[in-house]
Amino acid sequence: MIALTIILVAAFLLLGLTLWKKRSPSPLREIPAFDEMTRSLDLSVEDGKRLHLSLGRGDLLNSSGASALAGLALLRSVAERASVGDKPPVASSGDAALGLLSQDTLRAGYQAASADDAHSQNQGRVTGLSPFSYAAGAMSIPQSEDVSTTMIFGHLGAEAALLADSVERSGANLIGASDHLEGQAVLFAETRNALVGEELFAANAYLNADPSHDASLTLQDIFRWLIILALLGGSAAKFLGMF
Amino acid sequence: MRILAAIVAIAVGLLVLLGYFVPQAAVFQTLLLNWAIIFAAAAALVGMFNLINVHAEKIRKGDKNKLYSAVLIVGLIAAFLAALILKPQNAIVQTFLVNGIIVPVEASLMALLAISLLYAAARLLRRRADLMSAVFVAVAALLFLGSATLPFGDMPLFGSLLRPYISQVWALGGARGILIGVGLGALTAGLRVLLGVDRPYGGA
Repeated sequence: MIALTIILVAAFLLLGLTLWKKRSPSPLREIPAFDEMTRSLDLSVEDGKRLHLSLGRGDLLNSSGASALAGLALLRSVAERASVGDKPPVASSGDAALGLLSQDTLRAGYQAASADDAHSQNQGRVTGLSPFSYAAGAMSIPQSEDVSTTMIFGHLGAEAALLADSVERSGANLIGASDHLEGQAVLFAETRNALVGEELFAANAYLNADPSHDASLTLQDIFRWLIILALLGGSAAKFLGMF
Repeated sequence: MRILAAIVAIAVGLLVLLGYFVPQAAVFQTLLLNWAIIFAAAAALVGMFNLINVHAEKIRKGDKNKLYSAVLIVGLIAAFLAALILKPQNAIVQTFLVNGIIVPVEASLMALLAISLLYAAARLLRRRADLMSAVFVAVAALLFLGSATLPFGDMPLFGSLLRPYISQVWALGGARGILIGVGLGALTAGLRVLLGVDRPYGGA
């Protein structure tokens, strides 16, 4: 029952905060990787080069699906912005259902930008269904398709190193975020533009000045403070021998 | 169509969520999850055709890696037909395809990964010379020293004290903090889809 209460409170807070953020948007703290992402998006359009968004292998039927949803939300923004470029962006995924959704999301982004003609179904690709086969399939994209920036946004483990290595050899820029601890450690070592922890879910708030994304971040902050207070309170109670 | 897709997605999401809290809704939850598993299996087949389509286009356009694309398509079709005709658990399929090709290829990629990670660690301080990178490398070195098996046994202090202290206190605490952050992000990402704010389906 506690879990249901938390979900309901979170849902109402999200709706309330969205209405509040519509009236008074708040500034976001500076994260260099997001500045680099915006710059890379603009540069790829100017240079007539391609963007590659690696969505990882998040299964929509388990907890890794959340990072896949965050990646898809980012893909929508990327598709809309990059649709005016010479070379269409490419999304690779390691899960078949995620691959289908990436195709649909890309199509939606192109439709929103009134650029349906430039869209191709092959922009959303399933490159492999196991961690290594996915990485092996995605590795060839930065090498052979004139990619200026690869963004890793999703559920990737240590195999992200193979993809990151391939991006580095192609001379492209790499921005990376994973919900997997191993993936985060690897990306921290592989790129200056690594995002850690919940920053994966903040991408759209930084790319779009949308109150609902801004509200999501505020909601996370509220819950974070509640968890901190609960942890400190629990520790103090334990220290005082209350339980 | 777009509105219908949103209604179906939100209704199914809410029913599955309700199944965790209301026993009466658990029947629908099981049914819908079973459907989702069948759809996911069908999607795997669509994904396979997508892979063939992408690589067929590369061959058609005369891509510089078209030979690899041709090998991929031939291998994919051969493996698919072999498993379809002989069944996946057949000895020939298991010995030749799984143990003979798939497992060694994945093992070689894993070996490549080890080299790749070592190379990344070596370049880390050159790429980003800051305090966090220094801490990252120092902690990795301490953990390696603590877990290395040397001719004279474990290194005193490192294996018995430093490694467990770093990995079970500092690293575990940090990992839990990161995972709590990821969990909060996942909560809002899920809520956004359930409320129809994010709709990664049904077009624009």
